[in-house]
Amino acid sequence: MSNYPKPDAATLLEIYKKATLIKQNDERVIRQMKAGKLVTPYYSPRGQEIIPSALSVSLDDDDYICTIYRGGHDMLAKGFPLDIMWAELAGRATGSCKGKGGPMHLTYPEKGIMVTTGIVGSSMPIATGLGWAAKMDGKNRVSIANFGDGASNIGAFHESLNLAALWKLPVIFLCQNNTYAEHTSMQDSTLIEQYSIRGASYGMPGVTVNGNDPDEMYGVAKVAIERARAGEGPTLIEAMTFRFNGHLVGEAGHYMDKDAYAKAQGVDPVPLLRQRLIDDGIASEDEIAAIEADIDRRITAAIEAADAAPFPDTTELKRDVFAHEIA
Amino acid sequence: MTDTDVQNANADANVVAKKMTLIEAINLALADAMEADPKVVALGEEVADKQEGGVMGVTKGLSTRFGDDRVRSTPISEQAIIGAAIGASIGGYRPVAEIMLMNFVTVAMDMITNHAAKLRFMSGGQTNVPIVIRTMTGSGFSTGGQHSDYLEAWFAHTPGIKVVAPSNPDDAYGLMRSAIEDDDPVLFIEHLPSYWTPGPVSRQHVPIGKARVAREGNDVTLIGHSRAIGDGLAAAAILEKEGLSVEVIDLRTISPWDRETVIASVRKTGRALIVHEAVRQFGIGAEIAATIQEDLWGVLKAPVKRLGGAFSPVPFSKPLETAFVPSQDDIVATIRHLAAAG
Ligand SMILES: Cc1ncc(C[n+]2csc(CCOP(=O)(O)OP(=O)(O)O)c2C)c(N)n1
Repeated sequence: MSNYPKPDAATLLEIYKKATLIKQNDERVIRQMKAGKLVTPYYSPRGQEIIPSALSVSLDDDDYICTIYRGGHDMLAKGFPLDIMWAELAGRATGSCKGKGGPMHLTYPEKGIMVTTGIVGSSMPIATGLGWAAKMDGKNRVSIANFGDGASNIGAFHESLNLAALWKLPVIFLCQNNTYAEHTSMQDSTLIEQYSIRGASYGMPGVTVNGNDPDEMYGVAKVAIERARAGEGPTLIEAMTFRFNGHLVGEAGHYMDKDAYAKAQGVDPVPLLRQRLIDDGIASEDEIAAIEADIDRRITAAIEAADAAPFPDTTELKRDVFAHEIA
Repeated sequence: MTDTDVQNANADANVVAKKMTLIEAINLALADAMEADPKVVALGEEVADKQEGGVMGVTKGLSTRFGDDRVRSTPISEQAIIGAAIGASIGGYRPVAEIMLMNFVTVAMDMITNHAAKLRFMSGGQTNVPIVIRTMTGSGFSTGGQHSDYLEAWFAHTPGIKVVAPSNPDDAYGLMRSAIEDDDPVLFIEHLPSYWTPGPVSRQHVPIGKARVAREGNDVTLIGHSRAIGDGLAAAAILEKEGLSVEVIDLRTISPWDRETVIASVRKTGRALIVHEAVRQFGIGAEIAATIQEDLWGVLKAPVKRLGGAFSPVPFSKPLETAFVPSQDDIVATIRHLAAAG
């Protein structure tokens, strides 16, 4: 990874801010759920914070992302506003999708967050189409398809990679490999050791990185994004990571390897980056504490606003089915 | 084509001088739409001229005229084709995607029903999917169980996607223009056995969701789309000689269907028969029959009747394949029976 660009101090701090927002937000979602104040299926991205944080510092608002049910981290990193996210989690009329999408279908086109899907693997064909639109627009936009290791075995993966490579589309296929698909380990899903080698089957670069390492993740993502913007086509990135909660919050994860799990928790990427910022003199303890306190305040405000917001009117059932209401 | 249609078409200043086949009419609609709006693009297996403009030649000439960037042949990847269309549409384009034959939509079902049909609703109206999915089907070519299913009911049962099925070239042109301009996803079903039947084309838009009274009558209403209209009109001509007056309603759009026109007609005649090529069981005829029953109980002179395909996969052997679809004789006999009741 030595020949990849490295983030400068300001960028590292930016990555930390995004990762901390994601971590703190996740902890608050779980707290609200445990207190019975939020009823929702929730797929925690805890442990995977660095991946979208280190990627999105190289993206613009009008770059596209498609993500999956476990995508809160991708969306916050891309700029999804906290207040309308919480309102949507709570099913309120003020949510980004008027309470009709929920956590598995969060959408916010203003920041390029075009599709969140609950169907494994389906982020890829649509992100490919957004890449096609970007290419036709000639605006050097890129399109990111987020998915998991489990999704790498579904047919849509293969069709999308092939089409994007064939048409030289500005798409980044970002496999966030937390080594589990629900309760099934990667070893029980495929005989290959790295999904990135599949890039070669479709004529695109495939690279495996430590997704929890901000330097590696930033460098590989930046190269892929520049390649896409230059019209050189797609890249498959396999970002190795670990999820700290079960597949769904509330599920204990007994199928996970205990040693690997303990080891991963010992290298929680967010506090590690925090310590590094202090050690390298990029930010002081006080400055970081102030950032964290500010995020906390913003989350609290978003939760309070969501709780105070009304539920959608039942007439919403008829709205948005079609562009014009049909009797 | 009824005489009224021909007269209407001829009366129009824009009428295209020669009669066109359904294939030519759709091709002309695509060309006109691409000319009118640079955001209209086409994709699918073999749609470009290098691959001869689609298996049936529906897109012939378009890539030569509009370029390979706007008319893109794809690998055999139905999920990627519909996914690319969806992505491009939420990115501001109006893609027309071809699925070579209707049975192959099965491969792209997730993209169509979970994504194209639902993204608008699930996003609270922030994104919409203005795509057209063109596909072809219809039995009669001895292609057996996996190449001739008429599957409109699957999609009519799915909120968020419109379903259109023209019975003649003029409607095919007009519905295609409207489908491309529509902000919702539209499944556009082309009837293969009718592909080469010529008719006049007026080059006018046909509104989606509006049925057409293909023939006026007073005794019985026949409701259908696609193949059923040709058969229905022929049956009506036979019955006329027996003094029976049959009104034929071409739905044109299957979802959302034009309840008003159908109900008004059955209110007048008091008798209704729904005909479709798709398997009768759980088909669209059931929905239409139930609605008529609910709205017109007390007005009806006879129970609503349905004719549809047999509850079997489309068979290969010619006599079986012919027997699978409701025939003109079946239609004539059922209408006679309806007229005799009450
Ligand atoms: C097509 C489909 N099949 C099965 C499921 C049920 N399911 C939801 S998440 C999941 C595991 C996916 O794992 P992976 O792709 O590795 O993503 P991760 O959850 O680890 O982020 C499964 C099987 C689904 N949502 N969609």
